[in-house]
Amino acid sequence: MVTMTVAKALNAGLRKALEDDEKVLVMGEDVGTLGGVFRITDGLQKDFGDDRIIDTPLAESGIVGTAVGLALRGYRPVVEIQFDGFVYPAYDQIVCQVARFHFRSQGRVKVPMVIRIPYGGGIGAVEHHSESPEAQFVHTPGLKVVTCSNPADAYGMLQQAIAADDPVIFLEPKRLYHSTKGEVDESAPLPPLWHSRVVRPGSDVTLVGYGPTMSTCLDVAAVAEEEGRSIEVIDLRTLSPLDLAPVIESVRRTGRLVVVHEAHQTLGLGAEVAARVTEECFHSLEAPVLRVGGYDTPYPAARIEEAWLPDLDRVLDAVDRTFGY
Amino acid sequence: MTDAVFGPAPGADEPELVQLLTPEGERVHPAAFDTDFTADQLRGFHRDMVLVRRVDNEATALQRHGELGLWPQLLGQEAAQIGAGRAMRPQDFAFPTYREHGVAWTRGIDPVRLLGLFRGTDQGGWDPQDHNFGLYSIVVGAHSLHATGYAMGVQRDGLVGTGDPERDTAVVACFGDGATSQGDVNESFVFAASYNAPVVFFCQNNQWAISEPLERQTRIPLYRRAQGFGFPGVRVDGNDVLATYAVVQAALQRARDGQGPTFVEAYTYRMGAHTTTDDPTRYRRGGDVEAWKAKDPIARLETHLRNEGLVDDAYLAAIAAEADALGERMRRECKELPEPVAHDIFDLVHVEQTPELAAQQAAYDAHAASFEEVL
Repeated sequence: MVTMTVAKALNAGLRKALEDDEKVLVMGEDVGTLGGVFRITDGLQKDFGDDRIIDTPLAESGIVGTAVGLALRGYRPVVEIQFDGFVYPAYDQIVCQVARFHFRSQGRVKVPMVIRIPYGGGIGAVEHHSESPEAQFVHTPGLKVVTCSNPADAYGMLQQAIAADDPVIFLEPKRLYHSTKGEVDESAPLPPLWHSRVVRPGSDVTLVGYGPTMSTCLDVAAVAEEEGRSIEVIDLRTLSPLDLAPVIESVRRTGRLVVVHEAHQTLGLGAEVAARVTEECFHSLEAPVLRVGGYDTPYPAARIEEAWLPDLDRVLDAVDRTFGY
Repeated sequence: MTDAVFGPAPGADEPELVQLLTPEGERVHPAAFDTDFTADQLRGFHRDMVLVRRVDNEATALQRHGELGLWPQLLGQEAAQIGAGRAMRPQDFAFPTYREHGVAWTRGIDPVRLLGLFRGTDQGGWDPQDHNFGLYSIVVGAHSLHATGYAMGVQRDGLVGTGDPERDTAVVACFGDGATSQGDVNESFVFAASYNAPVVFFCQNNQWAISEPLERQTRIPLYRRAQGFGFPGVRVDGNDVLATYAVVQAALQRARDGQGPTFVEAYTYRMGAHTTTDDPTRYRRGGDVEAWKAKDPIARLETHLRNEGLVDDAYLAAIAAEADALGERMRRECKELPEPVAHDIFDLVHVEQTPELAAQQAAYDAHAASFEEVL
């Protein structure tokens, strides 16, 4: 058991994947000599060489498109998109190519690859560095989308995503990279990838989040407990496929559900969770499913991002509102 | 055009074509790329082109009869495609656009397999790994990056510059003049140059991107763009199968030897419509088609073969009969292509199906079955 940051855990997970399978490659802007702008690939090129840890030209469509070619040749590329807002030049390759090869080829061709994207805000960055594009990829058939919220998941989920035969969008909450430490047992068996997880049991309200919002959700549960409310907190972990069985089981007990994400509220993951839970739990619900998300504006200037992001007060307010019906 | 401060713009003067066979069927011998061909090779090129033209005509007719939803014609581009395709070795890999019926032919793909995409029975009817020939790319230029990445994989497999002709491998990215304006094609040039990837960019400049003429895409001859990316470019007469073969073969060998990418511009003309839904009379310029008809790729080789005494009337009649039989088989087997089954699409999205898709599949099955009960 080792204590490490999310960044170190991702680095260790990459290292393990590179050791386990010689077909695994890492490619992206600045991932080699520099070790990535967030240092997630720190030291990998020194140990695995520049044939496997590939500094690429500054062209995201080119990175993803050549990764497709490498996957067709039998490699398992792990692509780093430097920041969430820079994935859009690669959007066509991801949506029209990566996501469709298996389908288009009647299942004859697979393109196992992982596209790692640091996402979310809260780091005081300039424009295009704080986005949450997950719903756009969840809406795309042929992609799987997962996100980690702690070092143990960062370590385990990344290895499992790399080992998967389907393309996976791997969203990394950049705000947690260096701020969140936790214990990682590198010798323990990895927990299942395609499952959500109850991270705090409770009985009055179900609170669902993922990635960067999990610490807020846990803070909300702690504060609510002082106020005499028991909140069950669930980390979705996998966004596509969605694993809502634990959420549905929980809502049948609590009758109340609040979904939290940084992404714009309209047509975000919260909308999908609300629709599915309403369908499954209609007679158990004591209140409408409420969402707390980023507002439907472009991500704002850094000095006001705290007002934009879902925070403790906004989520607590939503929890309170579920008792007002 | 010369600017007082910036100096001359790159020349738009007409460059020379690499040519081994004139439109009149005369064999010429340029300083570079001259190649000896056996009689069997020459007859083989001719047969390939005749049969592929028949495939194209037959598919166009099938569309007219309502059997295909669409067909992109290759008429006029037979020499470019057969020359490039026959220059490839079995271990080489081609990434095609949707018009590469001739290259597909050289990779051993049954023409009937090409029809499914356009009949709506599938979205790619062959296994790319069985033929080293990718699925048709409909997004113009997107596959140029796949070719480059595949070539980067070939490098990592150690199959470049070994000196073993059975192992050294090159990759071909096929695209047209319109695609050269796409970001993905330009990014593939950057990546290929940066990594010295063993890829040949084979551009069939057929002068038209649907209705837009070449000058809407470029101010300089396309092959000269390669120089700006740091690798060689050459223009070849794309209606001359011998020249196209010779130039592509040399470019492929450069790639296999580890000397990196090459851009080959096969200068040709799209004699038909963009696809069967297009109406070129709205944009064609007077005289173009007639001028290019005189440069027909099959006629010039046939003249040469006759002049050299390599074919006679009986031989040509036999090839025509073979084309008739192929056309007849295409007509029959097109209609026999298996209809897709909606139940199956849920299985094809992922390698590992998700519970969500399994549930949607079950719901679809139940929905479909409910109609059967009514009947």
